[in-house]
Amino acid sequence: MRFRLFARFFVGSARVVTRGNALYWGWLAFLLLLVASGVLAYADQLDAGLSVTAMRDPVSWGFYIGNFTFLVGVAAAAVVLVIPAYIYKWGPIREIAIFGELLAVSAIVMCLLFVFVDIGRPDRFWHLLPPFGILNFPSSLLAWDVLVLNLYFVVNFIVVTHLVYCGFARRDYNHRLVWTLVLLSIPMAVSIHTVTAFLYNGLAARPYWNASILAPQFLASAFCSGPAILLFVLQLLRRFTSFRIRDEAIWKIAELMAYAMFLNLFLHGAEIFKEYYSDTHHLLHTRYLYEGVGGHHALQPYAWAAVVLNVAAFVLFIIPRTRRNFVTLNLGAAATYLGVYIEKGMGLILPGLTPDTLGEIYSYSPTWTEIRVAAGIFAIGFLVFTLMLKVAVPIALGRFHVDADPAPEPRAGGSEAEAVPPVTAAGT
Amino acid sequence: MCGDPTDRRSFLRQVAGAAAGGVAAGLLPSCVGERLRDLPRDEARRRLARLEAETRARFGREVTLSAQEAQPGVVFGYALDLSRCIGCRRCVYACVEENNQSREPQIHWIKVLAMDKRRGIDLVHADAYYNPPAVPEDGRFYVPVQCQQCDNAPCTKVCPVRATWQEPDGIVVVDYDWCIGCRYCMAACPYGARHFNWSEPGLRAAELNPALHYLGNRPRPMGVVEKCTFCIQRTRQGRYPACVEACPVGARKFGNLLDPGSEVRYVIEHKRVLILKEELNTMPKFFYFYGT
Repeated sequence: MRFRLFARFFVGSARVVTRGNALYWGWLAFLLLLVASGVLAYADQLDAGLSVTAMRDPVSWGFYIGNFTFLVGVAAAAVVLVIPAYIYKWGPIREIAIFGELLAVSAIVMCLLFVFVDIGRPDRFWHLLPPFGILNFPSSLLAWDVLVLNLYFVVNFIVVTHLVYCGFARRDYNHRLVWTLVLLSIPMAVSIHTVTAFLYNGLAARPYWNASILAPQFLASAFCSGPAILLFVLQLLRRFTSFRIRDEAIWKIAELMAYAMFLNLFLHGAEIFKEYYSDTHHLLHTRYLYEGVGGHHALQPYAWAAVVLNVAAFVLFIIPRTRRNFVTLNLGAAATYLGVYIEKGMGLILPGLTPDTLGEIYSYSPTWTEIRVAAGIFAIGFLVFTLMLKVAVPIALGRFHVDADPAPEPRAGGSEAEAVPPVTAAGT
Repeated sequence: MCGDPTDRRSFLRQVAGAAAGGVAAGLLPSCVGERLRDLPRDEARRRLARLEAETRARFGREVTLSAQEAQPGVVFGYALDLSRCIGCRRCVYACVEENNQSREPQIHWIKVLAMDKRRGIDLVHADAYYNPPAVPEDGRFYVPVQCQQCDNAPCTKVCPVRATWQEPDGIVVVDYDWCIGCRYCMAACPYGARHFNWSEPGLRAAELNPALHYLGNRPRPMGVVEKCTFCIQRTRQGRYPACVEACPVGARKFGNLLDPGSEVRYVIEHKRVLILKEELNTMPKFFYFYGT
């Protein structure tokens, strides 16, 4: 019986994801093209080694690890929605918390892939996995990160699939299981980001990272970037499906982002004050980021762009009128996403490593191979997210369940508002 | 330092062996990868012989591959006389030849930094790529930097798979067959002492030094980290590291820190000694001093 139900879920889901209009298929084709390009680039990298990247001994981590760090933040941000939704039973957000968790699952997939493509010997990945390998726990923070990221993935994956599956089977979900895991996922979201911050924070060799403000700042900026993506996703969802998401919920998220951005800017400012006022040798890295050192100015425009974007986003989200206007709201979300992407990605990794420990300045900028591999990983993440939404949304809408096959395609060139779903061709 | 996992692992092997029965227990070591140090003696010997044969076949030359262990009562230490060093970089290239570093692309385990005498030791203004017609240059002095063989090593602490550790004689080594190439150790090292094989190391058969050590100068694969080992293949046989022998001005001193009569102990006890980045508490076994 159970197996039969599962088989039907499986077959039904397969049918849902293989049905869609031209926009849906175009989107999938676009993602698959990026994935293919990434796979080819990665094959080159496997063949020739990491020499096809711009990384070298002085800057031994680059674009891959920068993206990894940013995406850990996105994954952690699911908690922003989960906390008010479950703890305070704040209605409007509760119905959309599940999308935050889907986003977390997709983001973790990307994180793990970014670490995987960065290592020199992917064939030895299993060396990390006891009992076959050796995990240097608790000494190595990377071992901690491997553990918490995978655990966080599993917890979110179980919650989401259980909720979706129960929706399909039209039965009540297991409250004890879901509540336990949701309560667990909140401290875990904080912990994945804290551990990732500690990964850098613990290195005395790199004074730019060796500041205890790093972990709090990581959390603050994560609570900006993750919800920024969700703001777009939620608007797309309600535009292209009949899923009801109230304005109130979206404004609430934007308001929370304003507070997080304030904290982020404040913590950042505190660090900058300390560096400039004390004016020690350690200032060099901050100066490299904002001013350039010894004729090397590669990061300067990005650093200032991040500052401008972050401040602009804060202003747009703290003023109720611009927060509630969807043009300025979307501008603010885009500014947040870009600003934090710069600040938490290359803006964190590169000044940490430059100048290197013996004072050498190597100007890193990613090669096309790195960009293609990274684009491929983002495409895989979006693909996972799209397919999961494609199944989850009609179930949440009650259109796809054990007794009902997903509704058939609307007629071509459908005149109804919800007939042209790009990312989330959900209920159609 | 991390705890020695040998006991835990041999216990795991027993458990797995017992569970899987006699046949599986016999097969297990060959299908579960391990660091050489985790293997029972006879098995380690077999793996070493296999690696030796592979290296011989690859380079078409006679080679010896040793895994000679640390001698009891020995902890190696190094002292470098900053007042003598003339910045000729002979140590750099002697090291490359002895330790089979990649020639194309070039990997150097020693980096010599030219510094301005007026500034003193100041890494921010150091120049690693000085290229005058003759050394030493007026107004400059030279600070060669290589692995400082820290007692409180940040690099071994961060390795996620324990592919790098400190040996009983104080040498920090890498098992090139266990390293996954994550480069966390490179981020952690305050001395830029760790180097990564970004591409397949370029080493011709004619350039190969055939006296190899498993944890030292054996040819490395692509995608792993390598570093100075105080020439483990030489020093464990009572010889000097190649850089000590190559130095034309006798600026480099090497010996057993536990031997009160050793030259390196004399230097520490009688000269003005300094430690690079002392504030980081890495406790190097590499000491800089002013001999004159």
